[in-house]
Amino acid sequence: MFEQYLPIIVLIGIAVTLALVLMLISRLIGPHRPNAPKLRPYESGMDPVGDAKERYSVSFYMVAMEFIVFDLEIVFIYPWAVRYQELGFGTFWAVMVFLSILTLGLFYTLKKESKSFEMTKTK
Amino acid sequence: MEILNDLMNYLPAAIVAIGGLVVMMQDGYKVKSRTIYSTTMIFLGLALVVATHDLFFAERSELFSGMALSGGTAAYGTFIVVFGAFFTVILTHDYLIGVKHNFPQVYPLLMFCTVGMITLATANDLVTVFVGLETMSICLYALAGIIRDKRLGVESALKYFIMGAFSTGFFLYGIALLYGATGYTRLEEIGAFTDGGLIYWGGVSLLMVGFFFKVSAVPFHMWTPDVYTGSPTTIAAFMATAAKTATFVALVLVLERALPFAAEQLVGTFSVIAIMTMILGNVVALVQDNVKRMLAYSSIAHVGYLFVGLAAGTVEAYSAVLFYLLAYTFMNVGAFGVIAYYEKNHDVHFNNVESYSGLGYQQPIMAVLLSIFLFSLAGIPISAGFNAKLLVFAAAVDAGLIALVVIGVLASAASAYYYLRVMVYLYMREPKEVVTLIQPKLVYSVSLVLLAGLTLYFGVMVGDVMSMLNSFFAVSEAATAAAP
Repeated sequence: MFEQYLPIIVLIGIAVTLALVLMLISRLIGPHRPNAPKLRPYESGMDPVGDAKERYSVSFYMVAMEFIVFDLEIVFIYPWAVRYQELGFGTFWAVMVFLSILTLGLFYTLKKESKSFEMTKTK
Repeated sequence: MEILNDLMNYLPAAIVAIGGLVVMMQDGYKVKSRTIYSTTMIFLGLALVVATHDLFFAERSELFSGMALSGGTAAYGTFIVVFGAFFTVILTHDYLIGVKHNFPQVYPLLMFCTVGMITLATANDLVTVFVGLETMSICLYALAGIIRDKRLGVESALKYFIMGAFSTGFFLYGIALLYGATGYTRLEEIGAFTDGGLIYWGGVSLLMVGFFFKVSAVPFHMWTPDVYTGSPTTIAAFMATAAKTATFVALVLVLERALPFAAEQLVGTFSVIAIMTMILGNVVALVQDNVKRMLAYSSIAHVGYLFVGLAAGTVEAYSAVLFYLLAYTFMNVGAFGVIAYYEKNHDVHFNNVESYSGLGYQQPIMAVLLSIFLFSLAGIPISAGFNAKLLVFAAAVDAGLIALVVIGVLASAASAYYYLRVMVYLYMREPKEVVTLIQPKLVYSVSLVLLAGLTLYFGVMVGDVMSMLNSFFAVSEAATAAAP
């Protein structure tokens, strides 16, 4: 039964090899002018050293909410789209109902987001 | 269109869901709180009308290719849940204005919570049970902490969330193991299996643990007192009545349809849990000075009485359990409602029973209403609570669980002490400090009077409901007998 997993193992092998080779090439032929900010671990533009209990702007929370909306959408839409021929036209309306509810949720978070951005601006 | 037809049979949930979305958008676009409240009431009122119609006229059928049920116990559960939500919204509106924290977000949350409860009460598949349970629970976590700047409220929300998430893990693992043992998640199809070995019993036990957590049976009750004390009082009423009703309807349905074989084997387990729950709930409630906390422990005790019915496991016992839930909804929403009225404009410490001293003669209607609800909770005749207890215990005696019933009656007798104690303070003690109660709003008093009226009505007229409930199970047994 392991034969059917062979392509995945090959894929993982290619990925690892490719990454190693690319790092090696850049190490060999790239210029090296290190400075302090460059040598720091990359942490999405934030200071990587410090208290882990940092306070975030509340706007991040709204962005996360919107991410959830689209994330859920793709989880349900994708399998439905793949299987649409077999599932039939009835499911089209079911998905439309689902999408409209999600859209309402998106509008709600957008409204709330504008409010929370106003709060950060006036600060 | 089959799906439209199904939706027509599932109308209460659809109405509440659409209403919840409308109310949510109103909140997003900053509509006045008063308008949001009215919209909520319109949608819930409509759903209540449809649910009442369904209760009497809906035919039993399977919806959404067998994922959900309509008619019968499903319609009954839907009715109780929507009824509870309707009165909770009335009381919550008044309560939140009283404590000067009028968050309009509470209305969409309450409505989505109601949708989850309806899904739970009408579920015919373990996956639907899970979806309903989680929709309900997530909204309840948020509702418990809706007053954000109250320390106790936030604490209770966090506690509830952590314990709830933990119990969800048990529940989901139980479903997974049952699916592994039987290959189905549909209730009747699991019911066809009588013994699936270790995996089957592991699944049954974990599923039951998940349910016991949600209905707060001892020894899974630890979160209940803290959460009920910290939550806004009317929300606590909603948790104790509608949420418990929905979970118990699902539990009865799972036991009756999916696990009839396991239910016979689990009589001992249910008996032990019933004894522990009744004794602990009642004994700890005896020493509570905080009325809200006392009612929280009393709700644990009532879960114990309900478990006596589950242990009996006959059709009559399941019907009695369902009637108990109806009666409990009337009297407990009412009792919490009056306490919420007393609490308004005061801090948490006003829930102490001593601060009720001498309040019985101010606003006499409210004190009389509280007395009716507490008499009913104690199970004193001519009240719905008495009939509910009588039916559950009678069904247990018929099933031969004499010792269990003796313990139940003794525990119930002890409970009279802490219910009557509140009335002693209301009427027979001199007030220590002068408290002026505000005039209750007309809608508030009328809804409480209605609840008290229903409590007394079902203290007398119990036959119709019982014959209706018995017919639900009779039909379902005939259907399962005819199916193979």
